[in-house]
Amino acid sequence: MRFKQPSVLPGFNLSLGYTLFYLSIIVLLPLSALLIKTSALSWEHFWQIISEPRVVASYKLTFGASLLAALVNLFTGLLVAWVLVRYQFYGKRFIDAMVDLPFALPTAVAGIALATIYAPNGWIGQYLEPLGFKIAFTPIGIVIALTFVTLPFVVRTVQPVLQDLEHELEEAACSLGATRWQIFYKVIFPTILPALLTGFALAFARAIGEYGSVIFIAGNMPFVSEITPLMIISKLEQYDYLGATAIAVVMLVVSFALLLLINGLQWWAAKRLGRRK
Amino acid sequence: MRLKSLLVAIALSTTLPAFADSTLLNVSYDVMRDFYKDYNPAFAKYWKAKSGEDITLQMSHGGSSKQARSVIDGLQADVVTMNQHNDIDAIADKAKLLPADWAKRLPNDAAPFTSLQVLIVRKGNPKGIKDWNDLTKPGVGVIVPNPKTSGNGRYTYLAAWGYAAKLPGGNDAKAREFVASVFKNIPVLDAGGRAATTTFMQRQIGDVLVTFENEAEMIAKEFGRGNFEVVYPSVSIEAEPPVAIIDKVVDKKGTRKQAEEYLKYLWSPAGQEIAAQNYLRPRDKAIAAKYAKQFPAIKLFAIEEFGGWQKTQKTHFDDGAIYDQIAASIAKR
Repeated sequence: MRFKQPSVLPGFNLSLGYTLFYLSIIVLLPLSALLIKTSALSWEHFWQIISEPRVVASYKLTFGASLLAALVNLFTGLLVAWVLVRYQFYGKRFIDAMVDLPFALPTAVAGIALATIYAPNGWIGQYLEPLGFKIAFTPIGIVIALTFVTLPFVVRTVQPVLQDLEHELEEAACSLGATRWQIFYKVIFPTILPALLTGFALAFARAIGEYGSVIFIAGNMPFVSEITPLMIISKLEQYDYLGATAIAVVMLVVSFALLLLINGLQWWAAKRLGRRK
Repeated sequence: MRLKSLLVAIALSTTLPAFADSTLLNVSYDVMRDFYKDYNPAFAKYWKAKSGEDITLQMSHGGSSKQARSVIDGLQADVVTMNQHNDIDAIADKAKLLPADWAKRLPNDAAPFTSLQVLIVRKGNPKGIKDWNDLTKPGVGVIVPNPKTSGNGRYTYLAAWGYAAKLPGGNDAKAREFVASVFKNIPVLDAGGRAATTTFMQRQIGDVLVTFENEAEMIAKEFGRGNFEVVYPSVSIEAEPPVAIIDKVVDKKGTRKQAEEYLKYLWSPAGQEIAAQNYLRPRDKAIAAKYAKQFPAIKLFAIEEFGGWQKTQKTHFDDGAIYDQIAASIAKR
């Protein structure tokens, strides 16, 4: 007979039942409403809506810019987390608190602020404009807005892992003659990699759905700087509810597939490093 | 016991308004904010004198189509005041909250005043913009909101189209070419009229902003009269913002009488005067004459020349229609 460890939560059936019920109401029901609404479309019509050249251009922009923003944050987020964990300096707590600001700020406010700064007559824009760099109202502006909004995801997932890292590991590596780069590459990096990937996935997913901040800085030119969420809004403005849900379903499916892929990658990374529980 | 009486009191206070409801909700669009700020107190005073009843007037503002969508989805509007027919048609068509012939129930196709598209240029008019054809010149930045998401943008598109079609030797093919060369000069495509104004005035992008005549007055109040000039083109399109009662809602709330009076008062001399003061062109001849100085005479054509809003929406602005084709051709160039 196997000894069964009693769980903190009473009654597995009860807990699972509650979990599924809650998840259904909050997540699954709204999402299935989307699918049910779309099912009123025939396949041809559905395909025609989602493969319109203008919509396809918006997918490329949305997913491309989101990927770019998440990649940028992969590096800068790690850097910020590293500095916040490993160094002591005046005003550190203040900066630590500031990292969360993009979370709290209404994204529209962020968008307007960024547009004001990077517009050709803005604080930064006025110096870049004569050099031929246009940021606001171009795809670059979109990447900047997405980078701003998603920064906390990487920082906040990596930070606790870095904090919990045991110093003894590094000391041991050092005593065995490892260089600093080797310590980072062979000891620290594998430990934080799963957290980094999680942060990357969260940032990426958040960027795909972002609307408020982008809309003010994008310029919204057809085929050039229209993001997919704008295509959905634009369909709604024409009372085309079905068309809007069709595009929404595409975003849903692609986002889910990407998250699954990244989760798989994470799982693989953890397993390869022998840390999987 | 005390708790019980409190509960009864709360229950009563929440049901009471159902008996003596004299609250009207007017669901309107962005640019009408200033007008109804003046109109509502005037009507409340008039209604108090006429019926002895106090009336509370609530406003909801936003993009016109977005507002219509809220009403379709259940926002309890007694009256709607939109910037084009399409939006109220959608409420009649999709939610069946009012009859399809709603526009016939009030004079002037239910539009109490009109406006038109004008060109707003920078101080001193450095690019020498006089008429629609100046918008096609290379190097002229034109700020117009997106015709897909904004009534303001649709009016601009149609004004430019009408101008080109009416030129000697003009036809639909030439008009299309003309509109394409205007839209090629757009550096930023905002979602709505107010956003376009911000882009032009605050961010100082572009050389000309195309918007409603009454919006020009708002810009003067906000940014100062000396910062821009209003140019009246040789011909423009007449914008007729319509109003309607939402029958299903007023019948449920018992506010039909008040709502009807609220809209009819728009055509009264007092209502027309307030419109004129907000730079909306009044329908009333006498008041129009009184304010003639602020409304330069200009040749106008109406949406009827395009066959009405429903047909226009289908041929020009629906997905895959002419505007989309133009946008695609611009992107490929």
